Amino acid sequence: MSQVFAFHGGVHPPENKRQSTRTPIRQAPVPARLVLPLSQHIGAPAEPLIKVGDKILKGQRIADPVGRISAALHAPTSGTVSAIAPHPIPHASGMEAACIIIDSDGEDRWIEHEGLADYRTLGKAALTDYIRNSGITGMGGAGFPTDVKLHLGDDHIVNTLIINAAECEPYITADDMLMRERADDIVAGIEIIDYLLKPSHILIGIEDNKPQAVRALEKALAGCSLNIDLRVVPTKYPSGGEKQLIKLLTNVEVPSGHIPADVGIVCQNVGTAYATARAVHHGEPLISRIVTLTGEAVAQPQNFEALIGTPYELLLRAARVSPNDLYRLVVGGPMMGFSVDNDQIPVIKTTNCLIAACPDEMPAAPPAQECIRCGLCEQVCPAELLPQQLYWFAKGRELDKAKHHNLFDCIECGACSYVCSSAIPLVQYYRNAKAEIRSDEAEQRKAEHARVRFEARQARLEAEQAEKEARRKARAEEAARNQAARKDKPLATASSTSPAPIAAPAGEPDLKQLKTAASVARTKLKQAQKALKNAEDKGQEGIDALRDTVNALNTKAEAAQQTYDQALNADSAASTAPDAKQLKTNAAVARTKLKQAEKALASARDNGGDDIAALESRVRELELRARDAQQAYDAADAGAPGIDPTKLAELKADMEAAKAKVDKAQAALEGAIASNSPAVEKMTAGVEKLRGKYQEAKAAFDAAASAPAVPPIVSPTRLAELKADMDAAKAKVDKAQAALEGAIASNSPAVEKMTAGVEKLRGKYLEAKAAHDAAASAPAVPPTVSLARLAELKADMDAAKAKVDKARAALEGAIASNSPAVEKMTAGVEKLRGKYLEAKAAHDAAAGTATKDVAAAPAAQAPVDIKALKQQVSIMRTKLKKAEKALQEADADAAPPLEAEVKELGARLNSARETLNAADQARIAAAAAAGVDLKQLQVDAALARAEVTKTERALGSADSTAATELEQALLQARSRADELSKTLSRFE
Amino acid sequence: MSAVIIAILVLLGLAVVFGIVLGFASVRFKVEGNPIVDQIDALLPQTQCGQCGYPGCRPYAEAIAGGDTINKCPPGGQSTIEALADLLDVEAIPLDDEHGEEKPRSIAYIREDECIGCTKCIQACPVDAILGAAKQMHTVIMSECTGCDLCVEPCPVDCIDMIPIETTLSTWKWPTPKPGIELIATDAGRGSAQQGGFA
Amino acid sequence: MTEFLLILISTVLVNNFVLVQFLGLCPFMGVSNKLETAMGMSLATTFVLTLSSLCSYLVYTYLLAPLEMAFLKTIAFILVIAVVVQFTEMVVRKTSPLLYRVLGIFLPLITTNCAVLGVALLNIKKMNGFMESIVYGFGAAVGFSLALILFSAIRERVAVADVPTPFRGAAIGMVTAGLMSLAFMGFTGLVSF
Repeated sequence: MSQVFAFHGGVHPPENKRQSTRTPIRQAPVPARLVLPLSQHIGAPAEPLIKVGDKILKGQRIADPVGRISAALHAPTSGTVSAIAPHPIPHASGMEAACIIIDSDGEDRWIEHEGLADYRTLGKAALTDYIRNSGITGMGGAGFPTDVKLHLGDDHIVNTLIINAAECEPYITADDMLMRERADDIVAGIEIIDYLLKPSHILIGIEDNKPQAVRALEKALAGCSLNIDLRVVPTKYPSGGEKQLIKLLTNVEVPSGHIPADVGIVCQNVGTAYATARAVHHGEPLISRIVTLTGEAVAQPQNFEALIGTPYELLLRAARVSPNDLYRLVVGGPMMGFSVDNDQIPVIKTTNCLIAACPDEMPAAPPAQECIRCGLCEQVCPAELLPQQLYWFAKGRELDKAKHHNLFDCIECGACSYVCSSAIPLVQYYRNAKAEIRSDEAEQRKAEHARVRFEARQARLEAEQAEKEARRKARAEEAARNQAARKDKPLATASSTSPAPIAAPAGEPDLKQLKTAASVARTKLKQAQKALKNAEDKGQEGIDALRDTVNALNTKAEAAQQTYDQALNADSAASTAPDAKQLKTNAAVARTKLKQAEKALASARDNGGDDIAALESRVRELELRARDAQQAYDAADAGAPGIDPTKLAELKADMEAAKAKVDKAQAALEGAIASNSPAVEKMTAGVEKLRGKYQEAKAAFDAAASAPAVPPIVSPTRLAELKADMDAAKAKVDKAQAALEGAIASNSPAVEKMTAGVEKLRGKYLEAKAAHDAAASAPAVPPTVSLARLAELKADMDAAKAKVDKARAALEGAIASNSPAVEKMTAGVEKLRGKYLEAKAAHDAAAGTATKDVAAAPAAQAPVDIKALKQQVSIMRTKLKKAEKALQEADADAAPPLEAEVKELGARLNSARETLNAADQARIAAAAAAGVDLKQLQVDAALARAEVTKTERALGSADSTAATELEQALLQARSRADELSKTLSRFE
Repeated sequence: MSAVIIAILVLLGLAVVFGIVLGFASVRFKVEGNPIVDQIDALLPQTQCGQCGYPGCRPYAEAIAGGDTINKCPPGGQSTIEALADLLDVEAIPLDDEHGEEKPRSIAYIREDECIGCTKCIQACPVDAILGAAKQMHTVIMSECTGCDLCVEPCPVDCIDMIPIETTLSTWKWPTPKPGIELIATDAGRGSAQQGGFA
Repeated sequence: MTEFLLILISTVLVNNFVLVQFLGLCPFMGVSNKLETAMGMSLATTFVLTLSSLCSYLVYTYLLAPLEMAFLKTIAFILVIAVVVQFTEMVVRKTSPLLYRVLGIFLPLITTNCAVLGVALLNIKKMNGFMESIVYGFGAAVGFSLALILFSAIRERVAVADVPTPFRGAAIGMVTAGLMSLAFMGFTGLVSF
């Protein structure tokens, strides 16, 4: 026999293996209900392939692996999927996880299956895939998906395959019994693994406490062509640990943080080899395993071949457990297993042993005492760590140091806890420390991630800001450039610009634009003319070119002017109800232009210019236009069918402005006369002109005023506006008056002017008042006030009230402190109170209407916006919450007002809620009155809509023969859906 | 009398010489920057919640480097304070209640049927973990949420809840082992007394 | 040479400044919660103590003694120590940020460490020469470091131990320090210097 090495440490706990090897492996009964956790292995949970209610057959794949490290799941028996739901799983936490739950039909009927005739004909990849699809995972303990370990060839060179048959943990005999009874299959499995990995030698490591298994294996190996080295190792826990067994058999130490494959070694459990052989040769996926049922509480300790998903309770019963003796149910061995207190937890792929222990067998751990530094733990540690040091670090939360002392190399074998003379649960400390370190690291990663995201957001916001800034700048620059370009253009590019853009928008000519274009063209022309004149004077070269330019510009200007005129005419012609004001302005503009032109003409005549003819023609043209405009205006003025008050007011304002101008001009004239100014004549003319304008305006106003005024329909909002105007005007008057008085008091020279201003303002105020009164007395349209509006008003009112209160408080404070601002504040308070009263009035009025509306609602489908109401309620709730919070935070003296506020808000919330409910009720009642269940209707409508979409989809994919039928169905569905929708919308 | 004058002169001379030396050194050995800010920032939980009174974790890191106390970070809690104390070699002090208390890690959850689509929470979120558009229902991307609370306040309809993160199988931790028997009889029933250090 | 060795043994063990002469107890108690911290403090103290005992020797021998101003030694030494500490801090900060990270916080604390002033004054009292002063200062620092590191290592363990409630924290620290002091008394008579 070849050499066997040794590993550091290890312990010799009582084996307790004989109890369960007395009888052969027994088939466990098929349970009525199987629970299959989706995650029975290391890696991502599998993805279910079946739905609840599906009939499944034994061996059928029911869940697919997700990602590289994951395993498939197969139905252990035939039956029905009754649920995919959380269920307790074998886990130290006792928590639940997603499971497929199968109700067995008792037939245990296999799906059609057969093994591969010759797996050697299959490629390695295909065979690995086959094993992956058979759901095979490591049967030893961790449950690492086997296919991953068998598919290392690309980046790892495997020279040694180790088959782990040590089964070092006490009590467990599942592998032992498997080897005794099914050694041939195990060897067949080893051959398959050998085919996949092609190792240079294969070792089987088995402890010397299983002589029968050794004999069985030797017998099986005799007929095997492979050179398999069976090595019996001395019994010592934990020789079955992967790294320990490797050390035992090859004397190679797997470096910290590495896997055995890194040193060219792969370990597989005998159970895994067996499952592989069953899958490859018989086509049976991994749906059952050998489980040792032992412990003093069971009458018949033995090994069962149990289906995956069998609840513990069934196995315990089969082994005749005595419930009175059962003190602790341990899953796994006594060293590394964990206690569970739920016997409905199922057997999974890694469940090798269940120990039903009585109190004497596994007493509760004695209380831990202080570490006495005996050093026993260090001597037994198979990973050659310093358990005592790790214990200090774990206990003192010095996790960094624990990590530096290679905490993660701890295999949690429990040897240190086993020997600890102070009964310290060392492994639990390590597990806890490991979990803490992992979660700290995860948190660190998350924090890093959050930081990156935060910085990205920050950068984005900054970029946005910068972009906005840049755009703003660009716009400013653009504007500046345009300005500059406009200045530069005439000489440089005049000839190259075509009049096209001016003529182009003939369809719907933009008057303003056209006008601008025309004026631009004119300006250019003038400039060009000037330049030409200059040039001519100085006898410069390029005169011809300039002249050309001037001509071109001339034509362009004319074209622009024409376009503009046309557009203007078209516009005035097209407009059925010409805007009098616009027309008037036009007329005035035309007149002004005419005058200018005349003046220009006169000066031109005086100077004997060449362009007299042109000017003359222009003057004529302008004259014509002015007349046209005036006519149009007059026509419009006369034909004004009904002038609304706003219009009237405008006219009046015009008139007044004109009058003011006249007055001013007159004053100026008088001043001028007094000072013997030479401009008197001119001024006189101006005054006359202005007076004319005034007369005109007055006439227009009188005409409008006398026209049968259309009784204005004044909405309350309009009324409020008017009132506001009035108030503003009044305030202005008051202010002005006050200023005036101050001025009089101080003998200011501006008194007269101010008086005039005051008078003017007073006039304005009176006017505003008149308008308001008129509007108020006008037959107000009964306003339909929605509840939301009402609530808004109420909120306004409340806000106003709050403001008043606040202001009053401030005022009192000010009075108390003898502040000079008291008077002002008093005024402010008064004003606020006025506002509040106003708001209240508005609210009351609205409430009056609204209640009426509400009363009328059920019958006439009230215009109650349920959604708005809902929002209102939400907002109220929020306000209330915030107020409550504020109340909590406020100190004692601030509390009472806050409390009141909270109460008020609560009341408001309740009322809003009631309104909402009432509205809801009303809606439902209205529907009920019509004999329809609203909810039902909604559901029906939704269903009908869904039907329509479905049919449409079907129609899209159907061929022509079925199409007509489907089309009909679609039409029907559609009409039904429409009908339902209509009905529904009536009630909503 | 002269002894007094000499003494004063000696001390003055020493002071002047030392002053010159130190002044020279302070110019000659001037250091810019503070690499410690990065290290502090790496320890902070990066919730960007602003509960410390600074607009984000980095500003607080800078403040700590500038001498601010290390106990103003409620999301990080005592463990962060300890890590900071470790880094800066100062005493770990208990969390300052003024800035909030340590709560279990939680994430924001928007009750979607109450959401009115105002986008206020989206603007408040420091890590862009809320998804949504105006007038559309919003939702929180769970994996990105840091649980900073900042979205709760702006919500006009209070439809955002902070839900503590539940333990799953993958985040489950082995519990800390129960302490052994208390050897000191007088300690029975007193609970764990504070293991403090010297101030 | 033997003399220097004797000075070292004397200052480190027999006349340990902390545990026998009870100087520098403040940092001994204050920064012994963690081993790393204690090591940083030890390094910084060693650095400053050696340098300041050298400087104070120079100031005394070449300035105060010739001018017969020996009565100024305390105030002058305080000045010297403060300057040395400040200077050291600046230099270390510039030249070795890593060392500054380790020492940084403790350097200013050393100004108030009475062991530093004690060493300077004892040097004068014992009429040590130039080299002797340096060795004496260095030995004192090593003794301080030894006591501090031992003490902090013990305290790390005590922190997780089951200490009676009234004794927790500083109290058990004092008890421990007393026991350590007793242990160091055992060196008495080994060397007398």
